[in-house]
Amino acid sequence: MILAVAIKQVPNLTDDLEISADGTGLDYDALTYVLNEFDEQALEEAVLVKEAAGGSVTVVGIDTTGELDGALHTALAKGADRAMKVTGDFDRDLGSEGQAQLLAEAIRPLAADLLLTGVQAADDRDGQIGPRLAALLGWPYVGVVTHVTPEPGCVRVHKEYAGGLLAEFVVTLPAVIGVQASHQPPRYAPVSKIRQIAKTAQIESVAGQGTPASSSSVRRMFKPEAAGQAEMWAGEPEEVAGKIATLLTAKGLLKL
Amino acid sequence: MAVGLDKVKPEAITEERQLIVDGMDISGHWNRMFEQRVIWDYDTSQLDRVTDLPGGESLAWCYGCAKCTGVCPVDIVGDYSPRKIHRKTQMGIDLFESPDLWLCTTCRNCLRVCPKEVDMIQIMPAVREQAVLAGSVPAELQKAFEDTAKHGNPLGQPQRKRADWIKKAGAPVPVLKDVKRPVDLLWYVGSYPSYHPRGIDAAAAAARIFHALGVDYGILGIEEKDDGDSQRLAGEKGLFEMLAEANIAAFEKYTWNRMVVTGPHEFNAFKNEYPKLGFVRPIVHYTRLLVEYLDRLRPMLTKPLNLKVTFHDPCYLGRHNGEYDAPRQLLRAIPGVELVEMGRCRENGYCCGGGGGGMWLDSFTKAHTTMRLSERRVREAVEYGADVLAVCCPFEVSRFEDAAKSTGHDRLIVRDILELLDQALEGQP
Repeated sequence: MILAVAIKQVPNLTDDLEISADGTGLDYDALTYVLNEFDEQALEEAVLVKEAAGGSVTVVGIDTTGELDGALHTALAKGADRAMKVTGDFDRDLGSEGQAQLLAEAIRPLAADLLLTGVQAADDRDGQIGPRLAALLGWPYVGVVTHVTPEPGCVRVHKEYAGGLLAEFVVTLPAVIGVQASHQPPRYAPVSKIRQIAKTAQIESVAGQGTPASSSSVRRMFKPEAAGQAEMWAGEPEEVAGKIATLLTAKGLLKL
Repeated sequence: MAVGLDKVKPEAITEERQLIVDGMDISGHWNRMFEQRVIWDYDTSQLDRVTDLPGGESLAWCYGCAKCTGVCPVDIVGDYSPRKIHRKTQMGIDLFESPDLWLCTTCRNCLRVCPKEVDMIQIMPAVREQAVLAGSVPAELQKAFEDTAKHGNPLGQPQRKRADWIKKAGAPVPVLKDVKRPVDLLWYVGSYPSYHPRGIDAAAAAARIFHALGVDYGILGIEEKDDGDSQRLAGEKGLFEMLAEANIAAFEKYTWNRMVVTGPHEFNAFKNEYPKLGFVRPIVHYTRLLVEYLDRLRPMLTKPLNLKVTFHDPCYLGRHNGEYDAPRQLLRAIPGVELVEMGRCRENGYCCGGGGGGMWLDSFTKAHTTMRLSERRVREAVEYGADVLAVCCPFEVSRFEDAAKSTGHDRLIVRDILELLDQALEGQP
């Protein structure tokens, strides 16, 4: 089975995020990047499928940060067979719409049977890359998937619904899967191995055709505004209990 | 007449190929009972896999004297020692897949007593590296590797906040990129003193002591990364090399005479491991540095503490680097400190369990031993009647404080020597 995985880097949320001077995005110069954690899960699921059914895994990403090579080397160390990056003069906040267009062009020639990608990402949180890729490629899409089992001509997938429900789908190939979680935790890529691969691996470059325009734009980005403050009550337990009871009664949550 | 001999009638002895007595098959080669089994009776392929690795050779030298078993800190709380590792591997157990692989803390007490110089400090990283490459790593250790690779420290804290602790120092802490001049000492603070709340207490105490003594120093701040040596000993050599390259570049950016290091693991890394990568500079642990300043420090230590203190020798300061006296000299200089030695001290000091990656294998080790090594040590400190368990390794404060709570010895106070010195300094006008 020919597998492809679409990945992207997102800001490292361990660092504090700063808003840019114009107030419409993040201060990208003050950021470090990590691989989108859902894409890590998609990659793991792809490698697990390859290990079960044979075939190859190609990882594709758009180099919006100039630092995508590290993520691609890590993917190769974890079991991907080919790594591709789409290069060009892209904005670092290139949205899902533009990403999907560029990715679809890069992925189409691969003649993949199955394309996996993270169901969403921490940067835009719109979950649009998977469905848009499916639309552009004309393939079916199933998102929020936690398990992919290869079968002849199709894959059987588990999709999560709200309330702890699971559904099983049989999807004909080729198809796009939005991965919520791989069925085993993502494996560790030892730095020794990544460094070895970085010295020898060939990353294929594909020139992105133009800068895709986005049909939406951010008017204002801002940090959550504090709506109120917690009030701490100190004192004897009975006194505090009385205050709690009065408050709950006042709010209509308790009838005395 | 001698009893017995005449009763043996050789012609009455029969030899059976197979014999079943009372339903039990007791067949066997009876003559083999008088021979020792010889090495070629075993399939040594598992042992060969270890000894074929660069660094793994010395496991084959073991002749089973068991001197290591008597001193191994893990054997005291479990069933473990280099001799047992050798024997099990010889009998066909796969060390690469065995939990035994992750229990060694590289404390070096076995090597100290081994007549054959079987060196677990070389063997363990060599085998662990292969296990890591094969993807066989305990989950909690993998998390520490990932955090170190992503963030430059095993606590998973942001690199950009590595110097935030200095706001809590209560004394000016010069950062080299700001001071823009040569300094006498480069102070390598370390990950736990930079980020862990109890580590920060020790770092802040050091900053106040250095300030009081007028030490000319600077720190790297956000240019500093974890030393990576414990990750190397846990099998992640590539991660160690990546961190060492970044640190060496940062060290060489500035002009300084000597490096002072808070932690024994980092001290060991810069003194013994970084030179293999071309970085050879004078390194000193903070205890030895402060002993050099003791004539000036002693008169400042005016506030008596009135405490019975025992000292835990860090494996990587003591056995690995031969420093036993400096920490004790500092403790004796504090007024009102009565220093009591525990049975396992100095060369035979017990291990806190944090070395060689043990810091990030706490639950794993707990699951394969009867108690944590830190819990065993805390009990020993209590047996000797100590009020305070003094340490000088940043791994140890949190390990021993947790162990004091989990063993019900909450009254045992755990303090870095820096904190005790700082406390005694407070009497200064």
